[in-house]
Amino acid sequence: MGMNMTEKILAKHAGLASVEPGQLITCKLDMVLANDITAPPAIKEFEKIGRPVFDNTKIALVPDHFTPNKDMKTAGLTKAVRDFANANNIVNYFEVGHDAGIEHVILPEKGLVGPGKLTIGADSHTCTYGAVNGFATGVGTTDLAVALATGEAWFKVPQSIKVNLTGKKPKNINGKDVILTLIGMIGVDGALYQSLEFAGPGVAELSMTDRFTIANMAIEAGGKNGIFPFDEKTKEYVEGRVKDYEPVAPDADAKYVRTVEINLSELKPVVAFPHLPGNTKRVEDIGEIKIHQVVIGSCTNGRLEDLAIAAEIMKGHKVHKDVRCIVIPGSQQVYMEALEAGYLKTFIESGAAVSTPTCGPCMGGHMGIMTAGERCVSTTNRNFRGRMGHVDSEVYLAGPHVAAASAILGRIATPEEVE
Amino acid sequence: MALEGKVWRYGDNIDTDVIIPARYLNSFDPKELASHCMVDIDTTFAEKVQEGDIMVGGKNFGCGSSREHAPIAIKASGVPVIIAASFARIFYRNGINIGLPLLEIGDDVEKIHADDRLRVDPEKGTIENLTTGDTFKAHPLPGFVQDIANAGGLINYIKSKK
Repeated sequence: MGMNMTEKILAKHAGLASVEPGQLITCKLDMVLANDITAPPAIKEFEKIGRPVFDNTKIALVPDHFTPNKDMKTAGLTKAVRDFANANNIVNYFEVGHDAGIEHVILPEKGLVGPGKLTIGADSHTCTYGAVNGFATGVGTTDLAVALATGEAWFKVPQSIKVNLTGKKPKNINGKDVILTLIGMIGVDGALYQSLEFAGPGVAELSMTDRFTIANMAIEAGGKNGIFPFDEKTKEYVEGRVKDYEPVAPDADAKYVRTVEINLSELKPVVAFPHLPGNTKRVEDIGEIKIHQVVIGSCTNGRLEDLAIAAEIMKGHKVHKDVRCIVIPGSQQVYMEALEAGYLKTFIESGAAVSTPTCGPCMGGHMGIMTAGERCVSTTNRNFRGRMGHVDSEVYLAGPHVAAASAILGRIATPEEVE
Repeated sequence: MALEGKVWRYGDNIDTDVIIPARYLNSFDPKELASHCMVDIDTTFAEKVQEGDIMVGGKNFGCGSSREHAPIAIKASGVPVIIAASFARIFYRNGINIGLPLLEIGDDVEKIHADDRLRVDPEKGTIENLTTGDTFKAHPLPGFVQDIANAGGLINYIKSKK
């Protein structure tokens, strides 16, 4: 019986010729990731096991959530990660500044994840790496602790949903519109315990940045992972970055529990209303919604192309007087490239605040926390109640195009509305 | 072993950000996490929850962030078992891994209300609503996942296999 991409990667890492949905397997891991929130408790659990780390080259530790540290408690968390990295000679520890940034931006950037590879991370957006044809999924700290010691994790092979992309992607539509539209269609538990496999001629229309954004939010549909096929764009991205990769493609008779169709040519700029990522509406249908803050960045939309999209719209315009616009490049490399391309100058001239890379406001950590009654248009991934601060503040999720247009007009807007 | 307790009833899509908001993730001390548990949707829970009380949610309980701080906060509140129509997958793993039984019962969850008293046997997966007389059976855990639960969590399970 044919296998899909997820099944092929899981089978190979379990040392099996084939697997099928529902099967319980134990897999060898190519990369194990944690951050400044999840690593410290995992380290504590790891120490209870009483074994050394399984491989100091296959562990990535990225202090990115509360960094640069916002207070003494979080400085203590980061110190625990740093001390562990030093004590265990962890090669891929990413110190603030240096060549670091947000975990899901830098792991692909540094080629630590890639086609055919299996990654777990103690962060739910680990699923981002499906964009480069890998299997990647989020876990908690206990799974992470055991993985640090054994290099293995157990999985139940998921059923898979095929997302068939067709049509030509219009200008002013990007990956965020695709994934928010999909979650709006299937719901925030539409892919619960399942895999999302992207397929169809529309895949070629999507840039790698689009694919990272889409795979990143597979979890917001409840998905275990989201995975893209390997094509010329993937090859161009991973060549020279990733060592020893093996692309996977679905067999012609691969099984899917269902197929969801999305015609890219029919998409419009969308926004997800509070307090679920599946509350998707077309921006043209929502009327006037005034805003107080805009955040452009995060593991979802903090890559160079995202900043290019925002800068193009904001160039020659001023951020609305009632709005604070916060731009956060996703990594030092993105920051430097945005500097060299003139995007940061555009942002600063327009009146935006430009920050060093951090997860910061996305999960209500720091760098843009809201008080009661405030509204933010954000390119991040979650709009749960209280996510960016006060329980009576609101987050509207959108792509960098809608975020940039909204920053200028002081209300949720499409890029076409910016003169 | 059967547990008996009063129900704290929540709805669908209870996310880990409301179970334990990120502003409290500067600590992973279970008691401190418990003191803020559910605060963004229920300011009474942390204050009034009693040892042995049972949490019951709707669909997709524990969605969102992978933070294991969420099931830890609930467990440290004295809640020995969570029942829901369905659980988000990372939360589900985390619960099993820390030895907090999670029972999935689908639409039957509609027959459990706030302040009902339940008798629950997590190992057998049986639930009796002592207030209404209804009885339910949870979906069984597959294969060695039940062994992890029986060992009291993944760390104990791994150590026992060494």
